[in-house]
Formats: sequence, structure tokens, C-alpha cells
Amino acid sequence: MTSSAVKSDQTPLRSKPKFKWSNVGRASAITVIILLFIGPIAWMVSASLKFNVQIYDSSQSFIFTPTLANYETVFDPRRGNYLMFIRNSFIVAFVATLLSLVFAVPAAYAMSRFVMRKSATTVLLARIIPGVSLLVPWYFIFSQLQITGGFLPLILSHMFVSMPLILYIMMSFFEQLPEELEESAQVDGLTAIAAFLKISLPLSVPGIATATILSFIFSWNNFMFALVLSGPTTKTLPVAVFDFIGYASIDWGALMAASVVVTTPIMLIALFTQRYIVSGLTAGATKG
Amino acid sequence: MSLVERHEQVSTRERFSRWANRHRKWVLAGPSMIFVGLLLVIPLAWTLFLSFTDARRSVRRPFDFNGVDNYTEILTDTERFWPAVGRTISFTGGALFFQLIFGMIIALLLWKPFRGQGVVRTIVLLPLVATPVAVGMMWRLLFEPNIGFVNEFIGWFGVPPQPWLTDPSTSLATLTFVDVWQWTPMVALILLAGLTSLPEEPLEAARVDGANAWQRFWLIIVPLMRPVILAAVLLRGIDALKTFDILYATKGKGGGSFNDVETLNIYAYGLSFDYNEYGVASAVLILFFLIILGIIWVLQMQRKAK
Repeated sequence: MTSSAVKSDQTPLRSKPKFKWSNVGRASAITVIILLFIGPIAWMVSASLKFNVQIYDSSQSFIFTPTLANYETVFDPRRGNYLMFIRNSFIVAFVATLLSLVFAVPAAYAMSRFVMRKSATTVLLARIIPGVSLLVPWYFIFSQLQITGGFLPLILSHMFVSMPLILYIMMSFFEQLPEELEESAQVDGLTAIAAFLKISLPLSVPGIATATILSFIFSWNNFMFALVLSGPTTKTLPVAVFDFIGYASIDWGALMAASVVVTTPIMLIALFTQRYIVSGLTAGATKG
Repeated sequence: MSLVERHEQVSTRERFSRWANRHRKWVLAGPSMIFVGLLLVIPLAWTLFLSFTDARRSVRRPFDFNGVDNYTEILTDTERFWPAVGRTISFTGGALFFQLIFGMIIALLLWKPFRGQGVVRTIVLLPLVATPVAVGMMWRLLFEPNIGFVNEFIGWFGVPPQPWLTDPSTSLATLTFVDVWQWTPMVALILLAGLTSLPEEPLEAARVDGANAWQRFWLIIVPLMRPVILAAVLLRGIDALKTFDILYATKGKGGGSFNDVETLNIYAYGLSFDYNEYGVASAVLILFFLIILGIIWVLQMQRKAK
């Protein structure tokens, strides 16, 4: 009796926040990690706000008078039309994601409901294959069709990254969705396809949101396909950033400003949709 | 009359609907399969075909079969091909090794809830979503030998400045570090998802039996997390083998003037689009693809063997 009373007295004491060296260690380790991840990004942003003289001067590493001159250089029309590159990146990422969704979501549904292992493996092969090995034949084919430099080859190539990604995420999503709802809808007189469109599809909006965000990010960030397949008027942002170093000496301030311009939209999206991104990236990995 | 017409109309639609529903498996999956077939299977077959030809210079120039000449040329090439294989393996191996260690440390640190966990998780996500080309440029400035912050930072501790990306002996290791910086978050998030779905009982039982944190980690957590760890290795390994953006953005064509960061992917890209040696490039790509498939096969065997 008495011993149990003592125990129950001690329990609330233990759960009170107590000073522990292990907590201090953990907090400082987390601080170091934050600094390691944020520090370089902060450095890039601060360098984009400096004149090159300030970048070369280590006494102005942390305290300096910021300037927007580098951003003026980036958006200077004589340097190339940066607004157009932003628009191009957006068009390609948006259209490729949209078309991939139309193709991949029903396919993911069919593949998860009918357990089409071979078909799924074929599509997932696209995640494995080195992009260069597709670029050579694509370049051949697109040159024969004389459509290189336009948006179509770019969008098709980006869809190639987006579709397997969406398929992968949506398959693991549909596998978790109960079949009973569709079955009862079919009993109520809906056809199987109608049950998919009217019952399962609305229920899978969170999964579709995840797939859309990730597909957009990866398409926006893609460099290699656009490097080969884009023309002067369809150039996307990562290629435009790369072009900044095509000169004899590097204009570091402008290069950093250009890098900030390409990453900022993506980081903003990530800030607001963190939860979706994490669930998409870890989809399938934790099932074993 | 109109009644009959309407009946017929309905029956056509009905018939189509019935047909679509009966074959819904292929109606839903078909378009994707056709798309992938057109853009994957045909190009892959085309690459295989080109690898046995002397296609080069212009895409419109006629070309002939030359048997396995490309393959013998590559497999005996100790100047570019084999070093590229070595670099690909050391880059991927090094990156994976450190990503797993740091990823696990971060996942363990973020496992138990604390104030501000959401903010920390968002910060951890940033490197992973950042555009790789921009990340490459960013580290190019940070590692710049004369004006970069990294040399300034190590100078505070009395370490002499290093050449980093500018020296052939350190550039590949430096870029491995950049890859670790960018992709450790991905490994950490996958492992964290694995940790949070671990069953409570075995860990609690081990704690009651007096196992310390180190023993709990190696004897309980690691064996239970084995499938998740292998999945992370598989996902990251495939991407690391194919790394292109940060290598090309920091060192340019051919992996730098001494080819010091020329991995298989960079080599194949250079052959295709800088030198227009399509035949040889195709043969390199086929070999590269076989290497990747081999590694995946080994990992899958590991996953199945429990």
C-alpha cells in the first residue's frame, strides 16, 4: 500500500521538465544542424546583396550596406530576358505536372487495385534509367521531327520525371484507401469507373496535392533536359543561371542573385507545404 | 422513331461504358503505359542500336554498323572510362556513407517531440528542395579559395586555406560533401518516418531489461529499421549514381580541365553533346545502365533476405 502511494507521488515529479545534460547536448546538436543547413543559404542571399568589392572584402563578411544592384543586373533586358525564363520555367513545370497527373493518377489507381506488378516495374524503370541515355535518342527523334527548341520536347521530357514520381506516390496512397467505399457505391448502381471518379478521386485529394507539389518542384529544378532540349526562347531558369558563368571572370554578386531568384519560389512553396512534401518523399519507403 | 433512335444512342453509350468498365484495368493504365513505352522503351532500344554503330558528328549524317567496336574501345580505355567508373563509385559510396550516418543522427535528434520541432523540420527540408544548379553555384562561392567563406571559417581555427574545387585531388571529395549537404535531409526524413512508425514494445522491454541507449540503438532500432534503411539506400543510391547538376554546374564540361569529377553520367553527357560521339556514348550508357541494374538487383536481394 505505502510503496504504491510513494510511487504515485513520484511520477508527477519525474514528468516535470528537469535540467538534464543530455537535453543541453541535444539542443546544441540541433542548433549546429540548423546552422549547417541555413548558413550556406543565408550566405548566398547576403552575397547577392553585396557589390563584388564587398564580396572580396572579408571585413564586410557579416556587416555591410546591402544593395539591389545585382538583381538589377539579373533583370537587365540587355543581359537576356530573365522574366521570360521565369515564365518558361513556370509553363514547363505547370503543364508537365498537369499532363502527368492526368496520365498517372488513373494508372496508379489501376495498378494498385489490380496488382499490375510488371507494368508498375516498367514505369518505375523510368526512375532508374540515366536521363542522358534517353536524351540521345530524343534529340535524334526531335531533330528529325524538327521540333527541337520548342516547348513540346521540354514538356515531354519533364513529364518523364513527373509521371513515375506521381505514379509512385499515388500507388502507395491508393493502397491505403479502403476498397469498401467503392464497393458500396457499385452496389448502389455506379459503374466501377464512375465509382473511381466520384468516390476514390475526391478522397485522394491530399495524395494528389503531395504528388503535384513534388512534381512541380522536381520539374522546376530540372537542369539537364532543358540544357539540351531548350532553345533561346524556351530556356528555363536553371539553364539561365548556368549561363551566368559563361564569361571570362565570374560576376559573383549577380550569379548569387540569379541563384536566389531560381530557388526562392521553390523554398516558399516548401515552407507552406512542408507536411505534404515529407509524406511524398517518404511514401513507400517505410512499408518495407 | 425517335424512341428507337434514343434507345440505340443509349445502347451505344451503354456498350462503350460496359466495354470500358470490363477493361478498366487497361483503360486507366493504358495511356501511361503507351507514353512510357514511346518515350522509354523505344529510346532505350534506339540507344542499344546506336551502340553498335559509328554514329557521330551530326544527327543527319548516315552511319554504319561497326559490331562491338565501341564496346572494345571503351572497355580497354583506361584514360577516361575506367577512371570515370571509379569516380562514380567513390562519389556514390562516399555520399551514401555520410548521408546514412548524418541522416540517422538527425532523425534520432528529431525523433522525440520538442518545442519548435516543426520549424526545425522545415529548415531541414530546405537544402533538399533547393535548385541543384543554384546549390552548386552557392558552394562554388563558399569554396572559392581566395574569397570563399569556408577558408575564412577554417582560418579562425588556424587551418591553412585549401584549394577545394580548384584542385583535382580535392574537387571530387568537395563535391561529395555538397551532395551530402543537399541530400542528407532526404535520408533523415525517410529514417525519421521509419522511427516514428516503430512499435513501442521492444524498445520499452529493452529499457526495462537495462539496455543502455547504445545497445538499444544497435540491437533493437537498427534491426527493426533494416527495410527502411535499405529503401533509403536504394532511393538515394540510384540518384547519386546519376548525379549531374552539381557536378556540371561547378566544374563544367568533362568534369573540369583534368576530368577530375568526370563520373559516368558526365562522361556519357560529354560524349553525346560536347563531342557528338553518339555511337560510343550509347555504348557507355548501356554499360552504365547495366551497372545500375546490377546494383539494384544486389540491393533487392538484400531487402528480400531477412
